[in-house]
Amino acid sequence: MSDTPQTTPREGGRAAIGDAVPRVDGPKKVTGRAPYTADHRLDEAPLIGWIVPSRAGRARVDAVDTARALDVPGVVAVLTHRNAPKQAPRGTPSDAGRFSQSHALLAAPEVACYGEPVALVLAETLEAAREAAGLVEVALTPLPGRYAVTGDEPDEALEVPDDVDGGMPADMSHGDFDLAWEKAEVRVDATYETLAEHASAMEPHATLATWDGEELVVRVAIQIVGSAVEALANTLRLDKEKVRVISPFIGGGFGSKLGIHDDAVLASLGAIATDRPVRVVQTRRDLFSSAPHRGCSTQRVRLGASRDGRLLAVAHESVMPMARGYEFAEPCAASARASYACDGILTRHRVVRADLPRIDSMRGPGEAVGSLAFESAVDELARALERDPVAFRLANVAETEPISGKPFASFDLRRCLEVGAERYGWSRRAERGRRDGRWLLGHGVASATRPNFLMEAKARVRLEDDGRAVAELDMTDIGTGSYTILSQIVADTLELPLDRVEVRLGDSRYPQTAGSGGSFGAASAGGALLSACRRLRGQLRAGGGREAEGHIEPGEDFEKYAQYMTGAHFVEVGVDEVTSEVRVRRAVGAFSFGRVLNPTTARSQLYGGMVFGIGGALTEGLHLDERVGAYMNRDLAGYHLPTERDVPALEVVMIGERDDRCGLLGSKGVGELGLCGLGAAIANAVYDACGARVRRFPLTPDAVMAARAAW
Amino acid sequence: MRPFGYERAESAVAAARRAADTGATFIGGGTNLVDLMKLGVMTPERLVDVSRLPNRDIADADDGGLAIGAAATNTALANDPRVRERFRVLSLALLSGATPQIRNKATVGGNLLQRTRCPYFYEVGLPCNKRAPGSGCGARFGRSRDAAVLGTSEHCIAAHPSDMAVAMVALDARLGVRGGDGDLRWLDVDALHRLPGDRPDREHDLAPGDLIETVRLPPPPPGRHVYTKVRDRASYAFALVSVAVVLAVEDGVVTSARVALGGVAPKPWRARAVEAALTGARATWRAFCAAAEAELAPARGHGDNDFKIPLARRAIAGTLAEAAGIAPEVPTGGRRATP
Repeated sequence: MSDTPQTTPREGGRAAIGDAVPRVDGPKKVTGRAPYTADHRLDEAPLIGWIVPSRAGRARVDAVDTARALDVPGVVAVLTHRNAPKQAPRGTPSDAGRFSQSHALLAAPEVACYGEPVALVLAETLEAAREAAGLVEVALTPLPGRYAVTGDEPDEALEVPDDVDGGMPADMSHGDFDLAWEKAEVRVDATYETLAEHASAMEPHATLATWDGEELVVRVAIQIVGSAVEALANTLRLDKEKVRVISPFIGGGFGSKLGIHDDAVLASLGAIATDRPVRVVQTRRDLFSSAPHRGCSTQRVRLGASRDGRLLAVAHESVMPMARGYEFAEPCAASARASYACDGILTRHRVVRADLPRIDSMRGPGEAVGSLAFESAVDELARALERDPVAFRLANVAETEPISGKPFASFDLRRCLEVGAERYGWSRRAERGRRDGRWLLGHGVASATRPNFLMEAKARVRLEDDGRAVAELDMTDIGTGSYTILSQIVADTLELPLDRVEVRLGDSRYPQTAGSGGSFGAASAGGALLSACRRLRGQLRAGGGREAEGHIEPGEDFEKYAQYMTGAHFVEVGVDEVTSEVRVRRAVGAFSFGRVLNPTTARSQLYGGMVFGIGGALTEGLHLDERVGAYMNRDLAGYHLPTERDVPALEVVMIGERDDRCGLLGSKGVGELGLCGLGAAIANAVYDACGARVRRFPLTPDAVMAARAAW
Repeated sequence: MRPFGYERAESAVAAARRAADTGATFIGGGTNLVDLMKLGVMTPERLVDVSRLPNRDIADADDGGLAIGAAATNTALANDPRVRERFRVLSLALLSGATPQIRNKATVGGNLLQRTRCPYFYEVGLPCNKRAPGSGCGARFGRSRDAAVLGTSEHCIAAHPSDMAVAMVALDARLGVRGGDGDLRWLDVDALHRLPGDRPDREHDLAPGDLIETVRLPPPPPGRHVYTKVRDRASYAFALVSVAVVLAVEDGVVTSARVALGGVAPKPWRARAVEAALTGARATWRAFCAAAEAELAPARGHGDNDFKIPLARRAIAGTLAEAAGIAPEVPTGGRRATP
C-alpha cells in the first residue's frame, strides 16, 4: 500500500517517483519569492486598469460618459465599446472549443449579464483608477432576460446540450430502464436541488500585459497556457506566434482559470490602446460575477431494487442553466453511469439558456453536485431496503462500466469501501452513542467515482554543461504540486539529486501541454516529461545530444477500457437538536487513483478536495436576484467557504496501485477525487442523526430545519 | 472610491468638536467603514480617527458595574476577566462575532454603529432606501435571507448585524455620548438605534459630532448567562438568529429574565414579551416555547427569511432551557436505530 511512502531523504539528495518529497517551491512561496501575476515588476511601471461593471443584467448600452473620469489627475484613458481596439466577435471561431474562442469585451453597446465590464479606466495609480471608475456614467436600458432556472421549466425551454463536460453525450442509457423500474420491488424517486457555487480561489484573477506594437506578452493567472494563447490571438485578431502567455505561479484555480478571463482581455486591450504595460487585478466582488461559476441544479434520481437488495434500475436526470453564448453543460449523471451494476440505466442532461455570468467547469464538474443527489438516493434506497448502506453498496459495485459494459482498466470501489469502513470503524459506530450533549450524532457513507483522462502533452529536458537538468513545458502549478512531481520525475529518471533539477513551467514558449484541469495534469504533463527524460537518458548513453523532447497522448487503452478513480467517504456529523446546525466531526476517505506520484502532495489534494466537499454540502451557495440576474452575496463574508472550525481532523487512506493502462506513469488523477461523494456522505449522516432527509443543498440550518419534524 | 481627508483626534472632546464643525465621520477600527468606502456605499469627505483616543480602558464603576472606553477593542473587552466572569453573555457574544483579526481591530463604539449587511445596501447599482433614500427596498421582493422579521417597514427590512450590541441590550448598558459642544450625556443602549419607518437612512439619533465615548454596564442581573448564535458556518458568519439570555431560576420559578435577539430586527432587539411572560412563571420547556411565541407574534417574513421565525422560536426556547438547566423537549422524529 502506497500510504507507507519513502519519507526519509535518499542518499545524495536523490528522489524517486513516489517519494514523499516536500514541495520544491514551498520555501519560495512562504518567503514571498514566488512571483504571482500581480507581484511581477517590470522596468516600466504599468498603468492600472479598473473595471466599471454593468449594474444591470441583459441590457443595451445607451451611453457611457467618461468626461468626469478623464478629468481625474492620473487618468490616461477610459476604454469603452466606442474606442476599444477591434476584436473578433465573442465566441469565434465556434469550432475551436470554449477555452480558445474569442472572449471579446467592450466590443458592442450591449451587456450579456450583470457585472459584465462596460468600461475600463486606465490610470497611473490604483487610487486614480478607482476614483475615476466611480465617475464613469453608464446609461443602460435593461432588456428582457432569463435569470432564474428552477427545473420546472416547460419542455420547450429545455435544450439537449451537444455534449457534457468530458466529451460524453448528454443522454446515455444501457439496458431497459423502464422494464427494470417496473420490475423493482423497492423504489426511490427523489428530486434534489443545489445552489450555484463559486470557486473563490485565493489569488484573484489578474493580468499584466505588455505590447510593443508587434508582440503581446500576457502574464496571467491561468490553468491552461496553450488555449489562452489561442483565445487571445482569436479575440485580438493576432498571429498566435505574436502572443506569449506567462504564468509561473497560480494561487488556486478550481476551474475558474481554465480559460482566459476578463482581466486578460481588458489588460491586453489597454496595452494595445495605450502602448503602455497594463495591470488589471479583479476585485473579489467583481470576480463573483465575472469568473466562471457552477450553475444551480435540479436533479431527479430514480432507483429501483429487488427486495433482496439487488439494484435493478438507475435514472439520473438534471436541469441546469447554460450561460447564453457559452457552451458548457455539467455531467451530473457521471457517477450514475459509473458506480453500480444494474439492469437498466437512463441518464439525461438538460440545460436552460440563461443570461447569467459564465458557467463553466468548477472542481469536480459532474460529481461535485451529481454525487450529492445520486449517493443520497443510494442511501435512501438502502434505508428503504433496511440494509446497511455500506453492505448495500458493496453488494452492487459495478464489475464493468455500467453505462457501456466496457471493462474497467482498474476499478477499486469495493476495496475503497472495505478499507474505509475498517479505518472508520463503521461496524462499531454504535459504540459512539447517538448524542453528545445537544448534538445528535449520525454516520454516513458515500462512494466516489471520477473519470480518468489523459491529454496530449509535450515536454523538453536538457542537460546543462554544469550537470543540471532543466525541464521546460507549459504545464502550470495552480498550487497542486506540479513543480514537485515533475522534479521527481526528472531526478528519478536521470538519476540526479533534486537540487540539480530545475523545472520551468507556465510559458507558452515551452512545449505545449494540456495544463491543469480535469485532474489530468500530472499524468499528462508528467508522462510527457518522463518520455523526454527516458529519451535523453538513451541519447546520453549512446553519446547523443543533450536535449530531448517527449510526447504523450491517450492510446487505445483509453478506448478499450473505462478509466476511473474511486473512493469511499465515511463521515460523522452532529446536528444541533435545537438549531439544526450541522457540524462535521470526523471524516475518513479511502481513495484509489493508480500510482501515487508523491504521497505528500497527493494527500494535500485529497484534504483540499474534502474541504471543498464540506463547503459544497454545508455552506456554499450563491443567492441570485432573479429580477436582474445578480448574485447578491459577492464577497467572502457572504459566500461561505468552510472555515477552519467547519473542518474536523480528516483522515486519508491511499490504496491505489500502478495501472499501466492509464499512461506512461501508471497514475490517475487526484485533484478532484477527494470532493466527489463527500457531501452525500454528510447528508446521509444528517439523516442518520436526526431522521431528516434534506434534498436541498447546502445543508444550512434552515434547510435542515425544514426537513425535520415540526415542533 | 472617493478621495477623503483624514485626521487623528487628540481627545474625545476635540474629536467631537471637529466632527461637529466639519461634518466628518468618525473612524474606529474601520473594519466596516473602509469596506463601505471602497464600494462607494459610504462617501465621507473627511474622517476623524478616534481609534487611538485614550478612552480604551475597562474599569470598575462605583455602583459595581463596569465602565468601558468606547475605543477598547472587541478582543480586549471579550477577554477582560471581569467581563468573562460577571458579564459572561457579553464575552460570549463578542467571541461569536467576526474573526480574531477583525476583533483585534474593531472597537466597541464602532461595533455599536456598524451598518447592516443587507446585500442591497452593498450593491450600489440596485435600489436601497438606506443607502439611497427613495430608491426603494431591493430586499423586500428580492433576496431576503439575511433580513429582519421584527420591526421592519415597507421601506426597509435590513437587520442589524451586531452580536456585541445584543448582549449589551440584555445587560441594560448605557452610553456616554460626547456632543460637539463638549457635554457628556447618557443614553440607554436600547434607545440608540431607530426602527426604519420611512427613514431607514437614519439609523440613530446621534447628531454630527456626537461621539460614543464610554459604555456603562450596571451591576449584572442575577442568573446564568447564555448566548446562542445560529449561523451558516461555525465561524465568521453573521447571525441568522442570535439570543442573549441572563436567566435566574429559584425553586423552579423564573425570578429574573433578560433576553435580547440578534439577526431578526433592524436593531438589537430586547425581547420584552419573553421577559414579561417568564418573570414569575415556572421554568418549563412549555413556558419557554410560549414566551418565544409571544415575542414572535408580530414577526413577518419576506420569503427567503420566513425560516427565521420558527428558527428564532427554537433558539429562544433552547437558550432559555440551557440557562435554566432543563432539557429541550425536541422531537427527533424519524431517527432510526442503526441497522
